[in-house]
Amino acid sequence: MSSQRAEHLGRYKNITGWMFVSPALVLMGIFMIYPILWSLWMSFQTGKGIRTKFGGFDNIVRLANDPIFVKALVNTMTFLAIQVPIMIFLALIMASLLNKSNLWARGWFRTAIFLPCVTSLVAYSILFKSMFAIDGVVNQTLMFIGIVDDPIGWLTDPFWAKTLIIISITWRWTGYNMIFYLSAMQNIDSSIYEAARIDGISAWRRLVSLTIPMMKPVILFTTVTSTIGTLQLFDEVNILTLGGPSDSTLTLSLYIFNLTFKFMPSYGYAATVSYVIVFIVVILAYLQFRVSRDRK
Amino acid sequence: MMKKLSLKLNFADFFTYVFLTFMAFLSIFPFIWMVIGATNNTTDIAKGKASFGDQFLINVAKFFEQVDVPLIFWNSSKITIISCFFTLGIASMAGYGFEVFRSKPRERLYTIVLLTLMIPFAALMIPLFISIAKVGLINTHAAIILPGLASAFIIFYFRQSTKAFPGELRDAAKVDGLKEWQIFIYIYLPVMKSTYAAAFIIVFMASWNNYLWPLIVLQSNELKTITLVISSLASAYYPDYGVVMVGTIMATLPTLAIFFIMQRQFVQGMLGAVK
Repeated sequence: MSSQRAEHLGRYKNITGWMFVSPALVLMGIFMIYPILWSLWMSFQTGKGIRTKFGGFDNIVRLANDPIFVKALVNTMTFLAIQVPIMIFLALIMASLLNKSNLWARGWFRTAIFLPCVTSLVAYSILFKSMFAIDGVVNQTLMFIGIVDDPIGWLTDPFWAKTLIIISITWRWTGYNMIFYLSAMQNIDSSIYEAARIDGISAWRRLVSLTIPMMKPVILFTTVTSTIGTLQLFDEVNILTLGGPSDSTLTLSLYIFNLTFKFMPSYGYAATVSYVIVFIVVILAYLQFRVSRDRK
Repeated sequence: MMKKLSLKLNFADFFTYVFLTFMAFLSIFPFIWMVIGATNNTTDIAKGKASFGDQFLINVAKFFEQVDVPLIFWNSSKITIISCFFTLGIASMAGYGFEVFRSKPRERLYTIVLLTLMIPFAALMIPLFISIAKVGLINTHAAIILPGLASAFIIFYFRQSTKAFPGELRDAAKVDGLKEWQIFIYIYLPVMKSTYAAAFIIVFMASWNNYLWPLIVLQSNELKTITLVISSLASAYYPDYGVVMVGTIMATLPTLAIFFIMQRQFVQGMLGAVK
């Protein structure tokens, strides 16, 4: 009798559970799972526009022989390899400086450094484009201080255009990551620091040997999100440089956009390029989790 | 000895303040630049003039002349509010359902939901575009709203927060004879107010600032959002930067306002993911 009742109750709970999750699951199925599978299928199709046919691995062969794709891949990985470590390092330094409770105007500093997160990617890219113009305020300042003699071609020189993209993303996201670190640091028991300080361990050693190991999960989380974000880089590049000069800032996402909506649409090939991003994300996320687990 | 130590400490403090002031200045400067820019003409902005000018009203007038401001704001607000309302509703139901009514198949589906967090939008973009075109929704606001409604991240966020929702409240409500949907609406919703506030901010920001997908599906000028409008003003061959700055201020004001009014929930929303 009672087991029957329990079973009835269990089934009732089960139906209620499905009722709560089904709207989300149905929408996810339509707008997430179905498109992912479709684009996987698409990546085996060749041809332009709506005239497509099954091409097997033709698109993958085309990838290897496509210099623009290789350039976009190298650019994206360059942004990733340089920008993410710089940003995480800066964010860690700032968080550890702001973690001192006796710091004067601490709240003001925190708010100021966090403020870039409030802007849209489009809005800040527009601001940066005007600031980094050839006669713009940044070049004027650099020349005034005497760091450079001639204006830097931020938007016209391949090297400086890449640098500009890195500076921009770092400006936008450092404060965001800093907030994560700051909150993780505030959860660390302060008596550990007291003990280390009494033992005469320097501030730098305390950061490297105490804080960073204790914050591994947060650092891992921010690294994974930053990696996924940088691999999807589109808005900034599309506004600041349009991928130029001579494709030096072209990213994978911008290339997919161009393949699909700028040129004669080549859906199958564009889908293949998009799966390259999926592939890199999965591999990097896996590696990052492995690294953090091994060091435990 | 004591004196030497305190001197050393002061030096370190001095360095901290110099560094933080410099960083804070770099963080704020583009905002100052935006406000200064709105008061100058485009030539002065391009020349890097870093002082206030007298062109503000002219720039505002030009902006209102070139852009149907009320309509564009209505478009952005409509899309954002509808997205927030439904995303919060659907995701909070799912988060609550996954956490409170656990079963094996649902846990498996939840793992899939989490895995989709790794999928970049670029991998969905093309099939989504084709499907939306097939059902005739290209160039409609529905095309922007629909694909974002089931957000894996917001579902995850609600499930994580639901772990702190006291089970005794549910039991007490059941004893009182409340049905499951009544518990959700009358007990869960008010208790989780701050979670809703933080999730609202996340969805609001994402929706108000959305660029790539609206750029793909919207073609008519009268349907465009403020984000699309400022980007097309700025990408003109000879952009009028004074006007662009006015537009950028107007596009940023709502998110800035939300940040300053709900600063605590704003930060909480950003942090929610790691708890």
